[in-house]
Amino acid sequence: MKDEEIIDHVLVPKHKILDKKEIETVCKKYGITVKDLPKILKDDPAVKMLGAKPGDVVSIERISSTSGISVYYRTVI
Amino acid sequence: MVMIDKIKFKLLSPKMIQNMSAISITTSDVYDADAYPVEGGVMDTRMGVIDPGIRCKTCGGRSGECQGHFGDIELAKPVYNIIYIKYIKTFLTYTCNSCGAMLVDKDKIGTEKSISKLAVPKTCPSCSEPVEKIKFERPMSFKKGNHVITPEEAREQFEKIPDEDVKALGFSGGRPEWMILTILPVPSITTRPSITLTSGERSEDDLTHKLVDIVRINQRLLNNLEIGAPEFILDDLWELLQYHVSTYFNNELSGVPPARHRSGRQLKTLSQRLKSKDGRFRHNLTGKRVNFSARTVISPDPMISVNEVGIPEAIARELTIPIRATKDNIDDLKACIMKGPDVKDGANYVIRPDGLKKKIIDLNKEYIMNEFSEGYIIEKHISDGDIVLFNRQPSLHKMSLMAHRVKVLPYKTFRLNLTVCTPYNADFDGDEMNVHVPQTAEARAEAEQLMLVEQNIRSPRFGGPIIGGVQDFISGGYLITKEGTVVSKELASQLLFKVGVMPELKKESYTGKELFSFILPKGLDVEYQSNVCRKCNKCKKEKCDNDAYVKVVDGQFISGVIDKNAIAPFKGEILDKIDLDYGHREAVIFLERVTRLATEYLMYRGFTISVSEEDISDAVKKEINKFVDEHFMKVYALIDDFKNGKIEVQPGLTPDETLEGLILGELYEVVNKSQNLIAKEAKENDALIMAKTGARGSIQNLTFMAGIIGPETVQGHRIFRGYKGRTLPHYKKGDLSAEAHGFVRSCYKKGLSPTEFFFEAMKGREGIMDSSLKTRISGYMQRRLVNALQDIIVAKDHSARDSIGGVIQFVAGEDGIDPAKSDGGKLLNI
Ligand SMILES: [Mg+2]
Ligand SMILES: [Zn+2]
Ligand SMILES: [Zn+2]
Ligand SMILES: [Zn+2]
Repeated sequence: MKDEEIIDHVLVPKHKILDKKEIETVCKKYGITVKDLPKILKDDPAVKMLGAKPGDVVSIERISSTSGISVYYRTVI
Repeated sequence: MVMIDKIKFKLLSPKMIQNMSAISITTSDVYDADAYPVEGGVMDTRMGVIDPGIRCKTCGGRSGECQGHFGDIELAKPVYNIIYIKYIKTFLTYTCNSCGAMLVDKDKIGTEKSISKLAVPKTCPSCSEPVEKIKFERPMSFKKGNHVITPEEAREQFEKIPDEDVKALGFSGGRPEWMILTILPVPSITTRPSITLTSGERSEDDLTHKLVDIVRINQRLLNNLEIGAPEFILDDLWELLQYHVSTYFNNELSGVPPARHRSGRQLKTLSQRLKSKDGRFRHNLTGKRVNFSARTVISPDPMISVNEVGIPEAIARELTIPIRATKDNIDDLKACIMKGPDVKDGANYVIRPDGLKKKIIDLNKEYIMNEFSEGYIIEKHISDGDIVLFNRQPSLHKMSLMAHRVKVLPYKTFRLNLTVCTPYNADFDGDEMNVHVPQTAEARAEAEQLMLVEQNIRSPRFGGPIIGGVQDFISGGYLITKEGTVVSKELASQLLFKVGVMPELKKESYTGKELFSFILPKGLDVEYQSNVCRKCNKCKKEKCDNDAYVKVVDGQFISGVIDKNAIAPFKGEILDKIDLDYGHREAVIFLERVTRLATEYLMYRGFTISVSEEDISDAVKKEINKFVDEHFMKVYALIDDFKNGKIEVQPGLTPDETLEGLILGELYEVVNKSQNLIAKEAKENDALIMAKTGARGSIQNLTFMAGIIGPETVQGHRIFRGYKGRTLPHYKKGDLSAEAHGFVRSCYKKGLSPTEFFFEAMKGREGIMDSSLKTRISGYMQRRLVNALQDIIVAKDHSARDSIGGVIQFVAGEDGIDPAKSDGGKLLNI
């Protein structure tokens, strides 16, 4: 499978890079700094695809068995 | 905040010991004539204080504020640290005694051969001095030929070893010469507190005794060195110093006589404090004992509340709660004092506002009464209504530790309501349980609000009730509500009185369903299929032929029967509904009423089983024999087909496996058919009632007892182990028939033939192995999960956080639902 296709696969949840304002909203909502977020490796295939750099925050929309869609935020390291 | 990045265990350097020392110990005298610690002695107050009132001379803190300070003893001559004696030997053997250079090839260490296999050369590669073999003389000396290597010489040699050689020899954490002590750290007084006996005599800690020995010999050696005493005297003293320092570290060295107390008891020195079952780790850190707790055998009491626990009087007199006297409670408390320590609801101690604690005895209770006033604290016996925590190990889930209200009862066992057996997983074959008494108002409030049994009816594991009616409560409920039960007005009023419900009874007689309606809450509506339901193709609802469809409208029991699906843990629909719609309090009230009504009715009616209940009619017996013959024929046919190669091999299986699968299917069919027949034909007796209502046992158990046991299997296969080509010598080799491989035609009541019994025993053994192995494996698996997840909490903002506030889930469980407050994990429909 080619790299570009990975992100389109049904089993790969939707990844998105957050802009500054969105990061601020998330951090404020949970009373944390970016380093308190769960982490994701910079060489994670989906992160590579997006071109996210260490320090960026990505949002991941995962299919959840309890709530339908559940949004996670991870900081790239 | 300072974050601890890492902890490294290293040797203390002499300099470090000096730096952290508050005082150098120079005299073996401990106390002077006024019983005051001698300056420069091992109890010098510069090393901390333990007596209240005195201030530490180093930091000025009082006892409790000052955590103590190290001192030191400067040794007259160096001695080996016995703990590192093996490493000392390594350094002596593999480095040059004259220049400290490494004797073996550095690059070879830790490669193909272990260091002990590397040859030591005859001469030093760097200074060409001859190398002599080092002999380790147990327990703590080294010889080179006839010459004894003194710690002094060893230390000199070690100082010459370059750092990279030290590292190459696999040693980290300091310089090798630090393993030879020139200065000994003396632990603070708080580490070795002395205790004052009731006689006023001081008793010193074992470590203090040992330190005194070391100082005494050290001073003697020092004096003798100063006056230039003969060599042999110095050597003797030096050896003695080595002995004392060694036993100070470890008093259980092989080949060393242990240092003893005056009384002849072995001293507990540093290693003994930590080591083994009674050491700091296993005794104090992993194994903890608590005060204000009790343990005894448990037994059942269906008449106490679900929220209560019966506490034996003798235990209630021992466990106490501190209560501060106020103007509102002082009279009650005075009554407790008057009862004294030996009467139920009395008190054991009184604490004056200045902190003095007095034991209440019959002789002084009136005196205490007189001085007792507001501000005093009394340690009162636990009495009816107090909150305690009740626990049964293994504590696998949060319902293993719940709060109960005390009910002081006679006799010697803890009593508990049978409905809480399920969450504790308790039975009464000798089980013991523990009680803990919360000591503060906050703890009691928290226990009552969060841990009380009624707060834990709903399990967070599946969002349903984990507390509920079991066994007799289910059979009793069934017998009351089944079609045909009619109770007279007299019986009805008697039963309801015992339950605690006293409605006006207008009719002369009541059906069981009408009787049961009295204990249902007003306005309750439920509909469900009960456990006795036969799963008909089309459910006729309340017109069910078996009366298996439960319908409750506005608290009136319209149709169906009470059974497992109504009130039992995990399944009880009515209980679940009441808990959801009316709250925990109502659920508990309902549960107590059902269980009492059921037991009272059972006691009136009588409930028992006998051997004759496992009798089946001749017709049924004949029918079962017909099933056996019929399917045996099919098995023979299969075997014939197999031998003629006519069997159709199933994908992924060998022909043998295919045959086995088919035979086993045929044989299980015998049991299934028999079971269905027995379920259909058996007349309703108490054994069958228990089976079909789910109170205890199953139709399968009854089939095994009354009908047929069928094929015995080990690991899912018919039995093939035993002799070559056959299971037992009773059969021909290669016989594939049902009987030859563990088919049991008998039932338990008739009894098994010897061969059948043998096969049955094989299966029985497998069952025992399985249950002991599986519980262990799954238990450990669960334990690891619990350990990994235990300090993840749901924060105020509903996110799941770890112990340092990092986010694990942004919404706990991704849906934010607390399963313990849910309807089977789903949001409550409000
Ligand atoms: Mg037991
Ligand atoms: Zn101090
Ligand atoms: Zn040398
Ligand atoms: Zn039905």
